[in-house]
Amino acid sequence: MPKLEQTQSSLAIPKSAEGIKGGEAHIPTKRYRDPQHLHPAANAIISVLLGILAFTCVFPFLYVIVISFTSEESIVRNGFELIPKEWSMDAYRYLWSMKEALLRSYGVTILITILGTIISVFMITFYAYAISRPQFKYRRFFTFLAFFTMLFSGGLVPTYIVVTQFLDLKNTIWALILPLAMNAFYIIIMRTFFLKSVSESILESARIDGASEWRIFFQIIFPLSLPGIATVALFSTLGYWNDWFAALLYIDDPNLVPLQALLMKIEANLEFMRQNMDVAIMQTSLFDTIPQESAKMAMVVIATLPIAVSYPFFQKYFISGLTIGGVKE
Amino acid sequence: MKRILNDLNKNRVWLLMVLPGTIWLLLFSYLPMFGQVLAFKKFRIDPDGFFASVINSEWVGLDNFKYLFSTNDAWIITRNTIFYNLIFIVLGLITAVATAVLLSELINKRLSKIYQTSILFPHFISWVIGSYFVFTFLSTEHGLLNLILGWFHVDPISWYNESKYWPFILVFMSIWKGVGYGSIVYLASIVGIDRTYYEAAMIDGASKWKQIKHVTLPMLKPLMIILTIMNIGRIFNSDFGLFYQVPRDSGSLYGVTNVIDTFVYRGLMNLGDIGMSTAAGLYQSAVGFILVIITNYIVRKVDEDSALF
Repeated sequence: MPKLEQTQSSLAIPKSAEGIKGGEAHIPTKRYRDPQHLHPAANAIISVLLGILAFTCVFPFLYVIVISFTSEESIVRNGFELIPKEWSMDAYRYLWSMKEALLRSYGVTILITILGTIISVFMITFYAYAISRPQFKYRRFFTFLAFFTMLFSGGLVPTYIVVTQFLDLKNTIWALILPLAMNAFYIIIMRTFFLKSVSESILESARIDGASEWRIFFQIIFPLSLPGIATVALFSTLGYWNDWFAALLYIDDPNLVPLQALLMKIEANLEFMRQNMDVAIMQTSLFDTIPQESAKMAMVVIATLPIAVSYPFFQKYFISGLTIGGVKE
Repeated sequence: MKRILNDLNKNRVWLLMVLPGTIWLLLFSYLPMFGQVLAFKKFRIDPDGFFASVINSEWVGLDNFKYLFSTNDAWIITRNTIFYNLIFIVLGLITAVATAVLLSELINKRLSKIYQTSILFPHFISWVIGSYFVFTFLSTEHGLLNLILGWFHVDPISWYNESKYWPFILVFMSIWKGVGYGSIVYLASIVGIDRTYYEAAMIDGASKWKQIKHVTLPMLKPLMIILTIMNIGRIFNSDFGLFYQVPRDSGSLYGVTNVIDTFVYRGLMNLGDIGMSTAAGLYQSAVGFILVIITNYIVRKVDEDSALF
């Protein structure tokens, strides 16, 4: 679909350019203004086309929200309607009755996100800063050590064997944190960032004043490089929040399942959570039918909502982060 | 002498800084690289631990590779991986550049910002969530597409069992998720273009369309070339989530959804065939390595500054 929109819209531009030519004979003053901006008609067409694209990108989430508020009978009878005939909060009430399992997953996700982000930010910035300094004699060796991992990977199976049998991390919280903690690509980005943004002259004067390299790092480099560090932190926060692959490989223990992984096997998990539900709730039979479909969608909503809500705020940093490493990508 | 001592002292600080990262790289990158030798062995767990298991496993030479390439799977996964990646590269480039140019030309900058925010949204969503988004459209009993087909009295389609639709669905989803990120990379580059080029073009009487054609696109060309070549270097790797989560691991779709990454995963987790799936992984790593070296060589010829090494 997007491809279709693009070809149509790129056709729209020459048409409007002709329109400008036609118009300028009558109104000479327009001659100056027009080349700077799109013709209003072209602008309108492009606005609509981009609007369709933008809508396509957010529509599924809105649709999922609607489904999560649809009553189960309505879904069974009429399917996932855009405007359901019967609204209902049952899905959320149902999830509320299983709040312990859900909150545990939320907790696991929040824990690995915070802990993982801190660990990876420190590991990456330390490493990147050291290999960016000309005083570090072995910087070439350590740059290569990190860089080579971008070229040749150990592959899934050997990694799996190392993590499960050598490091023995299976079914521990570290299996969700450590495998994602470093990324050679971020090291290279941060190294470029340090090379560009940290001038040797500031460091020299600090060194003359007798500051240690650690003090220089924490008191000068860290604040100075905050935009770059924030970017790495943001990438890594998103990476941990959205990760399900580590859980897919390394986690069987239901107490350690992060949110995304919980969603992944939702059919099995809904069953599991129902078994763990309060017997009292079961007996009062709060629900005539179990809201299977809408409960799935409600879970998608509560897993996505934190990102959907916070994303317009961090988007700015994300974009500036793209441009930091954009050239070298 | 004092300078040498001072040098060592300074290096001690730097060495401490790279220490945690180095340990990580050794454990999570280099140890698995060493583990790739399992592709030539028959893996057997040894009670003396990991190293003993790897070293004491029996050498089988190229048997794992022979087994891998004797099945039809090797051909299918290679074909799928390359075929999808080529389409993603071409369509991804076209959609990203076109969207970026249009976003930059919109008169209403506020609207442009709102659009950017919306288009980038899918980038922040995991494929698990993405697969539910797809499910709302494709669910056989309740999905929107079958609902719409129903309005026209067309029989519902069992989407998750009909492989003929999936190349289109996967391509669409890949673009859906990637167009925002791609367009913003290009948009950042467009914003950085020196305005005087446009002013000069306008003085020469260039229309908006001509400005795009003769200023914007040529200025984006280096970035387009570099990113495309880099993507070609990664053509043997695919987005695991797209090919595993979105088709919901549906067996009847494997013919068009199985790529090297999913094949290796299933070989490991479902079949437990360590030798064969390590061989497939090594095949991927080795070919990927050669491709990156070749593409980097080409990048160096095109634009030395953009080369990775």
